[in-house]
Amino acid sequence: MTASRLDRRFQALRDEGRAGLVTFVCGGDPDPETFQAILGGLPEAGADVIEVGMPFSDPMADGPSIQAGNLRALAAGMTLERLLGHIARFRNGNSETPIVLMGYFNPIHKFGPERFLEAAIVAGVDGLIVVDLPPEEDAELCLPALARGLNFIRLATPTTDDKRLPKVLGNTSGFIYYVSITGITGAAAPVADMVGAAVERLRRHTDLPVAVGFGIREPEQAAGIARLADAAVVGSALVDEVARHVASGDTSGLARALHAKVEGLAQAVRRARAA
Amino acid sequence: MATAIPATTHMTTGRPNSFRAGPDEDGHFGIYGGRFVAETLMPNILELEQAWRAAKEDPGFQAELDSWFKDYVGRPSPLYLAQRLTDHLGGAKVYFKRDELNHTGAHKINNCVGQILLATRMGKKRIIAETGAGQHGVATATVAARFGLECVIYMGERDIERQSPNVFRMRLLGAKVVPVTSGSKTLKDAMNEALRDWVTNVEDTFYIIGSVAGPHPYPALVRDFQSVIGHEAKAQLLEKEGRLPDLLVAAVGGGSNAMGLFHPFLDDPEVRIVAVEAAGDGIETGRHAAAMSAGEPGVLHGMRSYLMQDADGQIVEPHSISAGLDYPGIGPEHSWLKDMGRIEIATATDQDALDAFALCAKLEGILPALEPSHALAEVTRQAPRMAKDQIIIMNLCGRGDKDIGTVAQHMGVTL
Repeated sequence: MTASRLDRRFQALRDEGRAGLVTFVCGGDPDPETFQAILGGLPEAGADVIEVGMPFSDPMADGPSIQAGNLRALAAGMTLERLLGHIARFRNGNSETPIVLMGYFNPIHKFGPERFLEAAIVAGVDGLIVVDLPPEEDAELCLPALARGLNFIRLATPTTDDKRLPKVLGNTSGFIYYVSITGITGAAAPVADMVGAAVERLRRHTDLPVAVGFGIREPEQAAGIARLADAAVVGSALVDEVARHVASGDTSGLARALHAKVEGLAQAVRRARAA
Repeated sequence: MATAIPATTHMTTGRPNSFRAGPDEDGHFGIYGGRFVAETLMPNILELEQAWRAAKEDPGFQAELDSWFKDYVGRPSPLYLAQRLTDHLGGAKVYFKRDELNHTGAHKINNCVGQILLATRMGKKRIIAETGAGQHGVATATVAARFGLECVIYMGERDIERQSPNVFRMRLLGAKVVPVTSGSKTLKDAMNEALRDWVTNVEDTFYIIGSVAGPHPYPALVRDFQSVIGHEAKAQLLEKEGRLPDLLVAAVGGGSNAMGLFHPFLDDPEVRIVAVEAAGDGIETGRHAAAMSAGEPGVLHGMRSYLMQDADGQIVEPHSISAGLDYPGIGPEHSWLKDMGRIEIATATDQDALDAFALCAKLEGILPALEPSHALAEVTRQAPRMAKDQIIIMNLCGRGDKDIGTVAQHMGVTL
């Protein structure tokens, strides 16, 4: 099998001797046009991998920020089908930056797993993270996705012990997403020592790149993670930026402000190992 | 995906040899059930499953449970012949299984006693639960108080407004009631929030799910604790009438009181079984909570089951006058039994339930909760069509004291 866009991106990062920045935004948040502008500018702002949330009415593993982002996107008319259209438009202008869709299973279940996989590949999606599909439920989506060459990225958590890790890593590809805290997105910040130990533990079990997320908000935190792992994931802090502009009633400067935030994070991540 | 038909099926009919054998090892009832949860929770639900299996095989656990059922809950609950209602309907004999006489006023306590015994066996120090009407919250706060464990109850802000006496009751019992302001601010959001708590506090916390819903092993575990209802009813009717009933009727929200009554009778083919869903303002209005009648299979709260959802797979907000039935899903075993044709699904509107509530109060001197009032509405339709020597058992799973405010409001009465 040829290397996926994610494989190529992480190889390029290794060649550069630096960690990557993974940015998460809610698909369609706060409205379709602004979202498209946000998405389109992320690579230039320094995002190495882009995660796009598939909006869901009941995001059980997410904190208040991302819940609100999901609901804003849905209220503005986003659907899974439309979201794939936005990804396809992004792909027309960018063939290098990997896109990972992240969300919950029910919208995909309703869409039809097979039909969804076809549509996602046509749109230019590279990988999937489906929060509520553990390895025990791999048959329906994970295995067919892998068979079609899509990456299936799994979350590992502090509760995933050495006994369970092989099961979690079994059908994982692209990268492994280490959730640095037990909790929901946007909660407490991770402790560097524990993250370091966790990343080392993961590396004893896998050669996959390790991205670390949950609770990373500021450039210095991202730099701290970048010294330990292959990538730092920032989500809630970006979604909060959207919320702030929506609350002010003026979203005209939102995309630019969000990209500026990403630039700050990206610079910190790029400098981290040189410092 | 698991196969739709269990491994042990009749060779020619394709029907399972037993309807009581599920779930399979991975928690599937046919295509339903499963463990659709975030990775953080997987070690916990695997640990819970182990503890549950060990408890089931430990005669000491069953003896302990029986003793709590008898002396704390007040079991067995009576099987009562509702003679005046029977005369009024002019058909089948109607028996009520009176789980509304339990401590805390509903069947919910059966499951809570069972789960808190498991929690103490597992060494957990903190109990969380979701609640809609507040009955499960009260039952959970009750057992947490009795076993001296910290207790946090998640309840939708809207339900807190509709059920303020139960909120106060929980606080009197020492529980912390956390208002849930996300989403539709009702039961499904309370369950989301309880899951978020559990994801954050996995080490020391036990989540007492109140229905036969959620990820495996909850649907089977809650069913096992609630099956005491059906086992008692079967023995009691055999003693009174020397035979099995012709029909069982129970209301379903998540489905725990119904499964508790139905399960011991599933392999008795002469017993018809009807589950009654809340039709709210009427199925045709879209304002209802009838997942099996008007929904389709989907994945929510850790399980695959019938769900109320839109064309994009977003969960639709349910509606019922009864907060305990106001849930967009249904336990996975019910979904499977419906697909297998073993249970029939009926519906009752808010008005049907209010009418049945009034009838029961007038004829039997019992204020039923609005949940079993839905079941009673179906009984008033079924009984007149049946012969006088036929027998119906209805699960009167909760008392109506908590609902008098709602009923008064609908009658235009200010209390």
